[in-house]
Amino acid sequence: MKTIYLLGVLPFLGFFVGIFFANRVEPYILGLPFIMFWIAMWVVLTSVIMGIIYKLDPISREGDDE
Amino acid sequence: MNVVALLVIFAFLVFAIYLGIRARSGRDMDLEQWTTGGRGFGTLFVFLLMAGEIYTTFTFLGGSGWAYGNGGAALYILPYGTLAYVLSYWMLPAVWKYAKEHRCHSQSDFFVKKYNSPYLGVLTSLVAVIAMVPYLALQLKGLGIIVSTTSYGLIPSTMAMVIGLVAVTVYVIISGIHGSAWTAVVKDIMVLAAAVFLGLYLPFALYGGFQPMFEEITQEKGAEFLIFGGDYPIAWFISSVLLSALGFYMWPHTFGASFTAQSTSVFRRNAIIMPLYQLILLFVFFIGFAAVLAVPNLGEEEVDLALLTVVRETFSPWFVGLIGAAGLLTALVPGSLLLMVSATILVKNVYGVFRPSTTEAQIVRYAKYLVPVVGLAALFFTLAGGQSIVILLLLGYSLVTQLFPAMLISLLPNAMNANKYGATAGILVGVATVAYLTITENNLGTLFPWLPQGIHAIHVGIVGLILNLIVLLIVSLATRGLVERERVTTAEERVRTRATT
Repeated sequence: MKTIYLLGVLPFLGFFVGIFFANRVEPYILGLPFIMFWIAMWVVLTSVIMGIIYKLDPISREGDDE
Repeated sequence: MNVVALLVIFAFLVFAIYLGIRARSGRDMDLEQWTTGGRGFGTLFVFLLMAGEIYTTFTFLGGSGWAYGNGGAALYILPYGTLAYVLSYWMLPAVWKYAKEHRCHSQSDFFVKKYNSPYLGVLTSLVAVIAMVPYLALQLKGLGIIVSTTSYGLIPSTMAMVIGLVAVTVYVIISGIHGSAWTAVVKDIMVLAAAVFLGLYLPFALYGGFQPMFEEITQEKGAEFLIFGGDYPIAWFISSVLLSALGFYMWPHTFGASFTAQSTSVFRRNAIIMPLYQLILLFVFFIGFAAVLAVPNLGEEEVDLALLTVVRETFSPWFVGLIGAAGLLTALVPGSLLLMVSATILVKNVYGVFRPSTTEAQIVRYAKYLVPVVGLAALFFTLAGGQSIVILLLLGYSLVTQLFPAMLISLLPNAMNANKYGATAGILVGVATVAYLTITENNLGTLFPWLPQGIHAIHVGIVGLILNLIVLLIVSLATRGLVERERVTTAEERVRTRATT
């Protein structure tokens, strides 16, 4: 188990723990109620996090298939 | 009376069937060829196609309908796909490698090989087909809604659903899987354009922007409408997202599709890009929210009509027809796929196990006979209950996700600890729990009122999943000796047959 894989836990925390703090309408961000913005933001962050994991994962450097 | 919209929709139906016939008579164009052919397209085009792929009746009508009826609760649809892609980064490469080494062609093969039990394959196939019935039912419901709404009430919804079923059945029998590929391209483009256009146009035209729209809704319905709470509290959000994320790849068609990838790095790269496509769902939510104050009088059982009703109130009939046609295709393409997959599974992985002599040609023929039967089951299901589209999909997920524990444990390094008895018992208990709680309309709160309020609304699928896992582990442990003895006997038999030959 590589340490970098632990980053994969972050999206779950962002949605499941974050919701307890983000379940509100104010403040509006980009015209969206806060909860809607929060969830959309974590969708984008998930993509970034998976990108980082992919970059640092030795498997992806080994070429196509191991 | 206005038939313009209906005529436009009917024209698209004929066009879709024509594409199916053409694909069939010409060179065969299956989904695999189509995806590899897709590499010739430009990046933007491929992006658009993949973004359109996530649109089914569920997202288009169901997602907007839930935003209309239950407000913020609809947001649960955004995270579950995203988290499923996170899991896929590790899960799919492992599945793919095993499937390749052991030459598995279907989800059923995977379970058969992993647990060394043909009957576990039968059980998982049956569970998957049963789970697909509500999934199929929601496509029919969508078709019914489209036909009845765009006929401006001329065709009652029950009759519209029957028409929808006939349309899907005819489509499947005429075109088979080969038709779906090109129809899917047309569908993806139309639906994407429709969602983005309506999602931007309606909030600005009717309210003057996103924030003004949400502020007006807050004034009218209270801030609670836009967040989780009431019937759909945070416990419901977490359990429903988790349930759907774990079950995402358990559908036989999505599980099986992962076998066709060229290499495992495809899955790892997809995990980066795919979450971004989910964002397009925001536009669908905007449509539903725009409908809240624009068409305020839809009843509790009519929330799925929100999108088409607001379109009907805002645009002229020919445009209503176009949107309706986009909706028709979102139901037709997945609907036909589900019908074919479930009919084929029943013949190949259930009937075929008991009659191994069945030939490929017979499988195709029997599957065609079964298509209308499965369709009728879904129709009956749709008519029996007045559930909304989202509830139907969650029901399908609570059944199909019961396959997850057995799959996950079989991929772990110490998979020895789980065996076929444990997997079978776990799946049966999980499915029985979901069926019981759903039919009796119970949840944790009604069964055990003394439990903390916060977890009353946990989705019944998750309750089933937890029991499933516990039973799987306990039964596996208890039957360890039994499995060991079986292994010794088969080994002895092998030695004996080798000695005699």
